[in-house]
Amino acid sequence: MNGFAITAASIVLGLAARFALAAHPALAGALAIVTSGTILLALAQLAENESRAAKIASPVLFGLAILWAWEMLCIGLHVPFILLPPPSAIALAFVNNLGILAGDFDQTFLHAVIIGYAIGCGAGFLTALAIDRSPFLQRGLTPLANMVSAMPVVGIAPIAIEWFGFDWPSKAAVVALMTVFPMLVNTQAGLKEANAMERDLMRSYGASYWKTLIKLRLPAAMPMIFNALKLNSTLALIGAIVAEFFGTPTRGMGFRISVEAARMNLDIVWATITVAALAGSISFALLAAAERAVTFWHPSFHQRNQT
Amino acid sequence: MISLFRRPLPFVTVMAALIVSWYAAAYFLNAPQAINLMDPDDTNNFWAVVQAAWSMDRPVLPTPDQIAANLADSIFNYPLNSPRNFLLQTAYTAETAITGLIIGTLLGTLIAIGIVHARVLDRALMPWVIASQTVPILAIAPMVMVALGNIGLTGLPPKAAIVAYLSFFPITVGMVKGFRSPDSMQLDLMRTYNANGAETFFKLRWPVAVAFLFPSLKVAVALAVTGAIVAELPTGAQVGLGARLLAGSYYGQTMMMWGALVLASLLALSLIGCVRLGEVALTRARGGRL
Repeated sequence: MNGFAITAASIVLGLAARFALAAHPALAGALAIVTSGTILLALAQLAENESRAAKIASPVLFGLAILWAWEMLCIGLHVPFILLPPPSAIALAFVNNLGILAGDFDQTFLHAVIIGYAIGCGAGFLTALAIDRSPFLQRGLTPLANMVSAMPVVGIAPIAIEWFGFDWPSKAAVVALMTVFPMLVNTQAGLKEANAMERDLMRSYGASYWKTLIKLRLPAAMPMIFNALKLNSTLALIGAIVAEFFGTPTRGMGFRISVEAARMNLDIVWATITVAALAGSISFALLAAAERAVTFWHPSFHQRNQT
Repeated sequence: MISLFRRPLPFVTVMAALIVSWYAAAYFLNAPQAINLMDPDDTNNFWAVVQAAWSMDRPVLPTPDQIAANLADSIFNYPLNSPRNFLLQTAYTAETAITGLIIGTLLGTLIAIGIVHARVLDRALMPWVIASQTVPILAIAPMVMVALGNIGLTGLPPKAAIVAYLSFFPITVGMVKGFRSPDSMQLDLMRTYNANGAETFFKLRWPVAVAFLFPSLKVAVALAVTGAIVAELPTGAQVGLGARLLAGSYYGQTMMMWGALVLASLLALSLIGCVRLGEVALTRARGGRL
């Protein structure tokens, strides 16, 4: 039998076990044991299959299996709600609190994260360009940037609140500070990517500094710049959420998480975390798509054709 | 970093510029409040205003020497077991960060070994490990603290659990790369020696992968210190630099916040320094290259 058929059977069996849980616990237990076996079998079969569909199906099935096991164990073993709510309760909380979650998303993501990210990445990029012609400043700033990237920058949040107030500007300031140095370091490294031969070619064309920068060095720097953009998208979300733990008006994802956790409403906390996870992965995916479009020439996108 | 010690002038210049602009900023940010507090006769005297701006009790921006003096006061004028002593708070945070880091490193390495040796894990688990890097996992910290607190786990274990959870991702990703880095020629050589799986692992894969451990550890250290501080924020955690930051924020104690921030940064930098020392020691022991 192939892996996909067993996968489909596992999903049917797993759903049956879930619905049997309330009325017939013993039957549900037996079904659950069979399902666990078929899931393992399906994963083993899919791992041997080299097709593209199998490569996608493996992690999807694994993720579903984790969610299913979480649901079954939570309800079957009566795990206390304040320890770990089952996924079904989280989904319900998600649907019931869509308005609140949308407001939090607006406050944290659409304001603090995006504005702070734009300021931080923009400042890092422009600083790297500004010191491009001064090796002295580059040598001075690089160790400083490396030092700052090792520091717990989010700790600046209470000071940012003192300066910029409780609302989103203070969070955007934290995000900007967290993202500026990775961008600076990566842009600087990227501008060194174009090799001497290519630069000599530009010189033999009589290209000016700016022409060389725009036609050769910036395109060559793009892989590194996208590296920083992707790294920063995660950092920005973390920065904004953690900064809200220190104080915020009564909305925002970090505020929701800390307040509802203290009130033991863990389903809403998990729903907020789901929003954060979705926001993080979707922005990462968008950046990756933009990277593909801009740096299509880079060897890392050609590997499939070569082998 | 090596260029830093061979040619320190650029870095020293940048730092000097930073400190000068810090004092200038402290003057401009603090002066309006300082003038309000001063004797009106002195407000036309520039140096008197400067001195007042640089020595306020609750400045908008304290000067570096004020922060240093405040830290020295807390470290030398209070006994080591007093909660007002910043060294004690740093020790709590360091304990959390280091315990979590050790657990996270062990766990991350174990998962990497599993992923490299079992196709099922590689196919099913590895995409999730990579995807989880794009998710702000630090956000779960308050919930983990509350949930584990409900089942009676307080103090170090829940905080170390958060740090371990944060730091194991970069370790796993780095170690998988490391275990995979021996090329087919080297693996074939092991096969011609008739080496079994364990021998190939300990004599080839592991020694190669250790070089990949250090860059991952540096990333993990930065995450670990941040994680330890965030884990100290929710109610229930009364000690550590994170609790000091929060207390300073509640009571408007600017100096307390800056002191905690400076010590947290120093803690992160010294942990990175330890990793770097380990890297250098191992490089020397292996005759100059990793």
